[in-house]
Amino acid sequence: MTEPTPAVLDEPIPEGHEPSGKRGARVITREMVTMLTVPPILVAAVFGGFVWWRQTAELDVVEANQLRWSLLINSRFHEVFPSWNPMDWHAPFPSWNPATWYDGPLLQGLIWEHVLLTVVSAVIVVAIAVPLGVMLTRGGLKVLAPIVVGIANAGQAAPSVGLIVLLFLWLDGGFWTAIIALSLYGILPVLRNTIVGIQGVDPTLVEAGRGIGMTGWMTLFKVELPLSVPVIMAGVRTSLVLIAGTASLACFIDAGGLGEILQTGISLFKFSLMVTGAVLIALLALLIEWLGRVLELLTRPKGI
Amino acid sequence: MTETGGTNSDRAISGAELRLDNVVKRYPGQKVAAVDSLSLTVPAGEIVTFVGPSGCGKTTSLKMINRLIEPTSGTILIDDQDIRSDSATSLRRKIGYVIQGGSLFPHMTVATNVGVVPKMLGWDSAKISARVDELLDLVGLDPDRYRDRYPRELSGGQQQRVGVARGLAADPPVILMDEPFGAVDPITRQRLQDELISIQRELGKTIVCVTHDIDEAIKLGDRILILQEGAQIAQYDTPENILAAPANDFVADFVGAGSTLKQLSLTRVRALDLNRPTTARVGDDTAPVMQHAEQAGDETVVVLDDRDRPVAWPWLRQMRNNPTVRGEPRENLLTIDQAATLNDALDTMLTSTHSKVIVTGDRDRYLGVLDFETVTDHMRHAEREAAEHVEQAQRENGVPGQGRHERTPEDSHD
Repeated sequence: MTEPTPAVLDEPIPEGHEPSGKRGARVITREMVTMLTVPPILVAAVFGGFVWWRQTAELDVVEANQLRWSLLINSRFHEVFPSWNPMDWHAPFPSWNPATWYDGPLLQGLIWEHVLLTVVSAVIVVAIAVPLGVMLTRGGLKVLAPIVVGIANAGQAAPSVGLIVLLFLWLDGGFWTAIIALSLYGILPVLRNTIVGIQGVDPTLVEAGRGIGMTGWMTLFKVELPLSVPVIMAGVRTSLVLIAGTASLACFIDAGGLGEILQTGISLFKFSLMVTGAVLIALLALLIEWLGRVLELLTRPKGI
Repeated sequence: MTETGGTNSDRAISGAELRLDNVVKRYPGQKVAAVDSLSLTVPAGEIVTFVGPSGCGKTTSLKMINRLIEPTSGTILIDDQDIRSDSATSLRRKIGYVIQGGSLFPHMTVATNVGVVPKMLGWDSAKISARVDELLDLVGLDPDRYRDRYPRELSGGQQQRVGVARGLAADPPVILMDEPFGAVDPITRQRLQDELISIQRELGKTIVCVTHDIDEAIKLGDRILILQEGAQIAQYDTPENILAAPANDFVADFVGAGSTLKQLSLTRVRALDLNRPTTARVGDDTAPVMQHAEQAGDETVVVLDDRDRPVAWPWLRQMRNNPTVRGEPRENLLTIDQAATLNDALDTMLTSTHSKVIVTGDRDRYLGVLDFETVTDHMRHAEREAAEHVEQAQRENGVPGQGRHERTPEDSHD
């Protein structure tokens, strides 16, 4: 039966196909589901394979020592973080003192160390790059944006080993030197995405905000930043992955991380250690990338 | 039968008088001023439309009123108070601002969007949510259904409605509209225009509306300000007077040919007699309704909801199948407001299968049905009258064309 007045009004009103869940819930596409489920499954599978190999293969003394297990099963978190002493430049965590590592190069310790290097650097990167990026989109500072992005670009273009070694020569080795190097290295994606994200906010929305009486700060916090969160978070994810990969070089300046296994493998020409180091770093990077994606999805404001 | 409710003379006016006095805007590095000495008074409670070719300074003039653009010199007064006597942000919170496409914040729900200004003004949340519901209802959106939606879940027309609701949220005396209906399709635009007129009839705000569409200007404006390059006033008058006696060639050109036909845009549907065919309520028994309709010789029945709003318009043969009268979602039925012009009415009839159109009043209340014959009769009558009017105006003003400025070929019609 046709309607007596079939004239179509507006575009189709989205009412027939109301989403089954809560109104305005984030849209989850098939692609996103794939992106979110495949990496952890892959990581779990490969890690499972590694565990199987580690348990069944016949290891010589060096390998067995280097890939000591006990910690993975019997968590030594309290030993890893016995007392926080940030004033100790070389080893804020005493039990992580590189001097002690050779007695027990602890797999879990190295993983934790790698994660800590990555996360601390990423937090510092966000704390610096987001406010800096915001500043570079405001009024008179806008002209400085290309210069600062240029510097950050150069920071990233410089070989990471070079950056780390330069800082080592200047500041000596240790955890915080590595953090500075990694932060410098990871700042560009967040900085650039913050600037691009804020510049990409529809100017009519900003003007609408001003036009209905928002102050400059309110426009920033209620309109510009929320709308650029997806872009900024994409930068954070890129940065996390960059840092996680580069953190493998931290072992050269006595800052630990999974690079340790790789380095030992190379210097002793132990193929098994090299592969283990490479695989574990890759798995960690994959996992961190995945976490970045989850974070991206969770922080994305509803409605966009 | 044509008019229900109050007339224009006794309606409430909540708007404020707006006065521009020798306002100039000169951008650095440009020889010609964007706005050169604009003086203008907008009476309280009227809609004034700013219309003119692109780059004539109409939007600049509008934005100077809420200080998005600061004038180089001159003063702007709202209710005899200089707009610079307060900070720009607190001024803007007292002026409604409606922008093309609604410009809703996509990460906020409809309710949050509408409640932004009241929240900044420090209203408590209960008052804000009551106000939001009231406004959504006013602009024709069911609050229960739309309150918690995000802008991307709305159609263009619905977004624009929310935009209007946001502009009205803090009950500002003055509302500025910048090409408010530029981004929606013609039928929706016409409907939104009708609703704006209806809302304005109810609220009596002072509205300044920028548009490049002369038809929209004629339809919406109590007065029209036609601007030339540099925001020079070409004419500032009522639509009737501008159509009957354009001040110069520029205006005549801008208003365009067929101004006799355009007179149709001036005639509101409320000036015509409406038919009152059989009506029924949602849920009534079909049999007595059909009997009544057949006796009255009607082929269709207008179905109203509990708030007297038309919701369906079935033919008798379509009703036969159901024991009770059924409604449809109101959005699916094409109706026009009593303030719609005859042009709109004809447009709507042509898209309808009835060759008639349902006319509504305040808040979509049903008034009657307008048919094609009534309109054509009126057209013939109006044409005759308009011809006489123009003749008379020419006799009074002497030879037409006297004192007209040189026309340049670039003058755009927009």
